[in-house]
Amino acid sequence: MKSLRHIYRLGLKELISFRYDLVLIVLLIYCFTVMVIVPSKGTGIQVRNSAVAIVDEDQSTLSANIRAAVQKPYFKEPRMISYPEIDQALDRNEYTFVIDIPSGFQRDVIAGKHPEIRLDVDATAMAHAKLGTAYLMNIIHDEVVMFLHGSGKLPEPAVKLNIRSKYNPNRESQWFMSLVFLTHMITLLSILLPAAALIKEKERGTVEHLLVMPLHPFEISLAKVWANSFLIVVGAMLSLIFCVKGIIGTPIIGSVPLFFAGTLLYLFAATELGIFLATIAKNLPQVGLLSMPVIVPLAMLAGGTTPLEAMPMFLQKVMTFSPTAHYLEFMTAVLLRDAGIADIWPQMAAMTGIGIALFTAALMRFRATFR
Amino acid sequence: MTSRTVSPGTPIVTIEGFAHRYGKKHALHTIDLDIPSGCEVGLIGPDGVGKSTLLGVIAGQKKIQTGSVHVLGGDMRSHSHRQNVCSQIAYIPQGLGGNLYATLSVWENVDFFGRIFGLNSEERGDKISRLLKATSLAPFADRPAGNLSGGMKQKLGLCCALIHDPELLIMDEPTTGVDPLSRRQFWDLVKDMGFHHKGMSIIIATAYMEEAEHLDWLVMMEGGRILASGTPAQLKNRTGKDTIEDAYIALLPEEHRTGHRAFAPPPRISSGDGAAIEAKNLTKLFGDFTAVNDVSFTIPRGEIFGFVGSNGCGKTTTMKMLTGLLPPTHGEAYLFGKPIEAGSIELRKRIGYMSQMFSLYGELTVRQNLEMHAHLFDLPSSEIPSRVLKMADLFDLHESMEDQTERLPLGIRQRLSLAVAAIHEPEILILDEPTSGVDPVARDHFWEMLIKLSRENDVTIFVTTHYMNEASRCDRVALMSMGCVLACDCPDVLIRERKCRTLEETFIACMMEDMKRKETIPEIEEEKQSVPLMVFPEKTHAPKRTFDIFRLAALARRETVELFRDPVRLITSFVIAPILLVVFGYGISIDIENIRFSTLDYDRTASSRAYTESFSGTRYFREQAPMESPSGIDAGFRKGQYKMVLEIPPGFDRDLKRGRSPEVALLLDGTMPFRAETSKLYAESAHLLYLADLQRGAPGGTDLASPVTVQPRYWYNQMVRSRYSIVPGMLAVIMVLVPSMLTAIGVVREKELGSITNFYSSPMTRLEFLWGKQAPYIAISILSFFILVGAVVFLFEVPFKGSVPAFLVGALLYIITSTGIGLFISTFTQTQIAALVASFVITLVPSFDFSGLISPVTSLEGGASIMSVIFPARYFLNISVGTFTKGLGFLELLPNYFALILSYIVIQTLTVLLLKKQGK
Repeated sequence: MKSLRHIYRLGLKELISFRYDLVLIVLLIYCFTVMVIVPSKGTGIQVRNSAVAIVDEDQSTLSANIRAAVQKPYFKEPRMISYPEIDQALDRNEYTFVIDIPSGFQRDVIAGKHPEIRLDVDATAMAHAKLGTAYLMNIIHDEVVMFLHGSGKLPEPAVKLNIRSKYNPNRESQWFMSLVFLTHMITLLSILLPAAALIKEKERGTVEHLLVMPLHPFEISLAKVWANSFLIVVGAMLSLIFCVKGIIGTPIIGSVPLFFAGTLLYLFAATELGIFLATIAKNLPQVGLLSMPVIVPLAMLAGGTTPLEAMPMFLQKVMTFSPTAHYLEFMTAVLLRDAGIADIWPQMAAMTGIGIALFTAALMRFRATFR
Repeated sequence: MTSRTVSPGTPIVTIEGFAHRYGKKHALHTIDLDIPSGCEVGLIGPDGVGKSTLLGVIAGQKKIQTGSVHVLGGDMRSHSHRQNVCSQIAYIPQGLGGNLYATLSVWENVDFFGRIFGLNSEERGDKISRLLKATSLAPFADRPAGNLSGGMKQKLGLCCALIHDPELLIMDEPTTGVDPLSRRQFWDLVKDMGFHHKGMSIIIATAYMEEAEHLDWLVMMEGGRILASGTPAQLKNRTGKDTIEDAYIALLPEEHRTGHRAFAPPPRISSGDGAAIEAKNLTKLFGDFTAVNDVSFTIPRGEIFGFVGSNGCGKTTTMKMLTGLLPPTHGEAYLFGKPIEAGSIELRKRIGYMSQMFSLYGELTVRQNLEMHAHLFDLPSSEIPSRVLKMADLFDLHESMEDQTERLPLGIRQRLSLAVAAIHEPEILILDEPTSGVDPVARDHFWEMLIKLSRENDVTIFVTTHYMNEASRCDRVALMSMGCVLACDCPDVLIRERKCRTLEETFIACMMEDMKRKETIPEIEEEKQSVPLMVFPEKTHAPKRTFDIFRLAALARRETVELFRDPVRLITSFVIAPILLVVFGYGISIDIENIRFSTLDYDRTASSRAYTESFSGTRYFREQAPMESPSGIDAGFRKGQYKMVLEIPPGFDRDLKRGRSPEVALLLDGTMPFRAETSKLYAESAHLLYLADLQRGAPGGTDLASPVTVQPRYWYNQMVRSRYSIVPGMLAVIMVLVPSMLTAIGVVREKELGSITNFYSSPMTRLEFLWGKQAPYIAISILSFFILVGAVVFLFEVPFKGSVPAFLVGALLYIITSTGIGLFISTFTQTQIAALVASFVITLVPSFDFSGLISPVTSLEGGASIMSVIFPARYFLNISVGTFTKGLGFLELLPNYFALILSYIVIQTLTVLLLKKQGK
């Protein structure tokens, strides 16, 4: 009880101090708005806007049909180039795909000669090379079949495959990416802020002052956790409502209170990680140097850029210890798939477990370094 | 000191109508001042009155805001005049060794200054050895400056300042925090150097009034204004006082003096109820270093006990052992007869502690600070308001209760600190240098309060100080030097025993005794005679004003040496890059396999199983336990058990055989669109393969071949392996992330540590400074680059196909540019953490997301595509992937080189424009 009061009072002090740190406030707002909106709208690893060029040596109705079928959102409007330009265009990354339609193509198709179309692919454009090739092959195939069929429709196959996407019918990248970038920002701030706050007390000597008072180290540590978590959770919730849902338009079908609860669990783990780093480092620059190889892999390997199952086995095992990976899974499940506690408790349990482990480790280091 | 009259000749410094502000705060109100040349001038007054600002402006370090300042016969606003006179002015900033390089040895420090002032190696060798001899630092020439004592650091600072024969020497509080013996030696040294004989002028700021007695001419300052100036004798005559300190107090404006009176503490009536604090043979070792050596004392209840000594003599360490912050290596400490155990909460409630560094929370108001501490000491909530009020009464804080603490004058903050330490009515108060930097009047006020607490409330007070006049007010003092207590008794007794006049003299006598006992008579006594007076040769050449490659080299050399002596920074700079490469090289892949799926098979025939197998038979899909009913579909998706459900309708087999085109439904989890998109494509091709097999196997199957064959030709990377492009591409990310961060921190570090003043006060040009700082980081980055390339080729087995020179030239250009970005970041950040965060935010997203690493740059839109063009990462990515995987050479990549060069020129220009040659 007494401890709770101490933790509350000490945390209150953090919040009052924060109010005067203008740079930090600006940084916080910048992180939860610009850094969520711009990258999630601007990037994505799907095929989108891919640059295509066509070498049309046939100049026929069919080649024109193919050209017209290469469309947004997957592809930009194709440009016409000549055969000798192919090499340079690919070397200079001007186009990712070049479709080479040979002369007499339409004639050969009609004659049933199975003519060949060459598709040049810049295989260093990883995200687009494989999928884009498949799309283009389908497009060309369909156009030729429709041309032969004459009706503008495809003939009925022996088995029809009807593919639908649940939760995101048009597979819009920015819905998911906005949550990924929100996770990145929460991770960055929840590790750096408490670490910087603790190191600041260490450098200014105020932590000694606290340790001479009748306070336990865990009270000092938990006060930083709650105060910083409070700020970040407020920022995150506002960003969720106004940026993710409002500006980007991600449909939030799940339970926001459950998301809130899970975010608190994650913040506990992440802020304790920050405190742990602060107990290892001697000064602020060291905090920075140390946090770089921690924050960057946590954020980038959480499953937002590369799905976990596409990582090598050992890395998947390592990532079971990453609170960020669990959090991203939790977040997308709750917000986009309407998962309830019954569905998502393993992730919540994992975050709690990791949080407690980090809390214990930080406490032990705290005693060792701040005495 | 030889008595000389101050010559009425041309003043060396003329200040007219000058004022200086930091934001809204006035550091100096409009002042006019002439400083006579050829003598020793003292600037006196407590901390925060504007002494340092004034000195900084005279030295050309700070930009002049309003008014005019003429130094050495020229206007200090003029850039060319500053450039001309900077080699005639030497400036030693405040703080012990603030402009020295802690990891460099004594010799290397002086040598660096010699180099940047353009002395050749012969001159340097000769001068350095003479200077070190004169200052008796010669025996320590190889010792790192950081390991010197305060007094020695000041002497070294003097050597560095004198290496280029300045005409004007400016020293900002050179003796603050130095023990009395070293302080005396320092002044003797200044005297012995014989500056007068060369007509050299010296301006010294000091907070020790007694030191000012020996100077030729004084300027007294208070609250950003000049109180008075003149020779010490004139000032004393004017006020009719005997000492400068008294004269200063007499000259203070009326309102500052109210409540000030000379006072003597009433004698202590010993209450005789046992010891409050007892230390028995306390010893603390830090590695080999003995910080505190066998210290014992007993302090009875209600006594004011002073602990006196220089910075670093072990005062604070002793104090930390008494409070339980540090466990002693040997010995014990007792409070009220109980041993101090680390972590004993009950005992801590009986102690009030005020640490050396100001321990309040500056952003909180006075009331908030008091209330918070009252809560933390578990005072009952009902009592808190009255207790806060009582403290405000006792410590005279009523007027500023709602003010933010950091905006208050130091004197009030100090009183608040004491109030906070005393709010829970502790029986012992432990105060670590409570009055450093506070003006004499506020100091006396503070002591009155201490005495009140001691005499009226019977509080035991343990206080450390390096002010001797404060020490003499204690009931008893312990004189401490180098971890040992030299003597411990009433101040009067100590003075009488050694037949001295003041406590300061007594302290010096004790130190000499101690040295004799240990037979470590200071070298100065023997060496001083061997170098009588410094007579410098006439100046032979003025330093070059334009770009000088030797100054650049001197700076680069020093930076490199410093880096090698900071192993943490050096190692991390080499380790971070490979860690990131390995993590991303293995972790980032866009080849999705093993997509989990489940089936809901209503048909359950051989045909439906065959259809399912066309999915599970590939490496792209992994089948999970099939589902029995549609009700479980959603739960499985929510739990993330599978990402795809294949639903085969009843009668699939029948319809298929009758040619009725049964429809199979495939439901994807669209949460992660990239995975859904990929699953869709894989599913479509699996479906097509099934159809083809079906037709081939069907009796009388028609010609199945598609009417067209699309022949994909994968250029550069036939197997379409992610790592062939991602791993070389990661070079572009890592080689901007790490070098820019290291360089930015390298420069901002100098701003934070204060050694940037050497750049302000030396003839070094901006380009010399920038390139000199950049060169070592370019070297490190090149080394680190080769380690990375080694990892790419041997660990990730990515073959190199293109032109090696094209790759290396590109890498060099890119490293130069990315370290340039670091320099750019350093121009607008003031703290290392800000530099760190800024370099993170500025470089990470554009290099990772907008460089073409994952999505080709041709597909970016809007802001992302603009940032991609501006930021250089994409050009090196083209070169790296181009030479590694595409097998290209210079010619094909030519535009990228131009783009890199252009971006470097732009960044460099911006940096030069933003870099200030003066402080604010």
